[in-house]
Amino acid sequence: MLRGTSAVFIREMYILRRRLPKLACSWAVSPLLYMVAFGYAMGDTLAGGRPYAEFLLPGLVAMSSMTQAWGIASDINIARFYWRIFEEFQAAPIHPAAYVTGEIAAGVVRALLASCLIMAIGLLFGVDINYLSPMLWLAAALNALVFASLAVALAMLVKSHADQAMLTSFVITPMAFLGGTFFPIEKLPGWAQPFMDLLPLTHAARAVRAAAFGQPPAAADYLVLLGLGSCGLVLAGLCVGRARD
Amino acid sequence: MIAINGLRKRYGASEALRGVDLRVEAGEMVAYLGPNGAGKTTTIRILTGQTRPDAGTVLLGGVDLAARPVQAKSRCGVVSQHLNLDGDLSLRENLDVHARLFGMDAAARREGVARVLDYVEMGDKAEAIAKTLSGGQKRRAMIARALLHGPSILLLDEPTVGLDPAIRRRIWGLIKRIQGDGATILLTTHYIEEAEFLADRVVFLDQGAVVAEGTPAELTGRLGEWALDCPSNGEIVSEYFPSREAAATAAAALPGPVSVRRVNLEDAFLRMTGRNMAGKGPAAKGHGGGH
Repeated sequence: MLRGTSAVFIREMYILRRRLPKLACSWAVSPLLYMVAFGYAMGDTLAGGRPYAEFLLPGLVAMSSMTQAWGIASDINIARFYWRIFEEFQAAPIHPAAYVTGEIAAGVVRALLASCLIMAIGLLFGVDINYLSPMLWLAAALNALVFASLAVALAMLVKSHADQAMLTSFVITPMAFLGGTFFPIEKLPGWAQPFMDLLPLTHAARAVRAAAFGQPPAAADYLVLLGLGSCGLVLAGLCVGRARD
Repeated sequence: MIAINGLRKRYGASEALRGVDLRVEAGEMVAYLGPNGAGKTTTIRILTGQTRPDAGTVLLGGVDLAARPVQAKSRCGVVSQHLNLDGDLSLRENLDVHARLFGMDAAARREGVARVLDYVEMGDKAEAIAKTLSGGQKRRAMIARALLHGPSILLLDEPTVGLDPAIRRRIWGLIKRIQGDGATILLTTHYIEEAEFLADRVVFLDQGAVVAEGTPAELTGRLGEWALDCPSNGEIVSEYFPSREAAATAAAALPGPVSVRRVNLEDAFLRMTGRNMAGKGPAAKGHGGGH
């Protein structure tokens, strides 16, 4: 299976290498705007007991690892519907699981690169957090695993780019704003908070933030992400297998 | 060797394949000929693992595709009817990914990529981004990709569709060369002249079923040697004759413009199915040429 996984992964890395300058610019735009608009505007306003910029930056890492991992769905759709390269994978002597793991690994790499860029922006803005915490990067990687696996699964189910865009609008965008990126979910009404706990991004933001602030990690957040990532892997495998009509 | 037995596939109410049996011997090139919608691409999609059959078995090089898909697929090279190179990658990168998918090590990849690019005369295009290649170059690159891992079986799905005649002939030359190197080839096409030029044997597929098979000469010889085309009620009606003289005599007796030509596979398909390769059904008559 490893050869199939590496072939799929390397294909994505070839594409990433070619597009990296443009992608890096696009990855930087939103975090920069958020840091300028919210970080400066909110100044020393405390959120979660910290200056707002310190609160925001880990949230942006979590959000970005989600959106960039999810973004592989668009690339898979382009490969399926436009380049028709998915046929090449179907005709190749590889197991569907190899395709799944190759794409997910590429999604995780992309998400972590985007996270690095946000960290660099944070350094530029003088935000004081624990940038090198292994638990921070583990949380970002697990979050990327969750959303990359869902992206692979859903990319197999949608029938067009429009379907994909609709899913992003209805699922990812609301989650980005409600999953603890921009404000502590404790600020929400009590009845709403349990619902926010259902979102993977809430757990990712909480785990990244705790690690960034040097707090002890909450095992539950990591376990939730790991559990969801495992379910996503299985779901993606099933969906790729079913992509044969 | 390719052996297909009792292949069936249904899409909703439509039966795409209705118990297809087909055999391509080692080193043989078989043209799988039929109009659009006959079931050619469905067959290829099943052979390449893109579609599951409802019933039937497929053996590729003696390996059961359903039971051992990885081993069966590793024996095949596929040229899709779609120009499905990875447009964002260079030609070399496209080939490299393919080689990795087929488990070739670094040395074999390097040697193989150079070899197949040389084979299709595209060594100077190795670093070109695939989306910048012309249609003919893309098709040749796809053939190079299909050959890269040294398959014994080649599945060519409409390999010249959409190409201009000069490029098409160049691709034919390439396919002939591959055949000469001993590959077993299944070629789907709806171009009559392509099947006549390339194939050792032709299989007619119509509405999901094999309706006839034989060498091009066997299939056309059942009608006669020569055809007389004459317009009738807005369509061309063909009559078949055992000799050119007989056709010319009949032509001389007819008023208006007529033409005499050699019988081809389309005539044979029309006679057997009542429809031509475009799926339409002009009339045809025979004159002692055998039916």
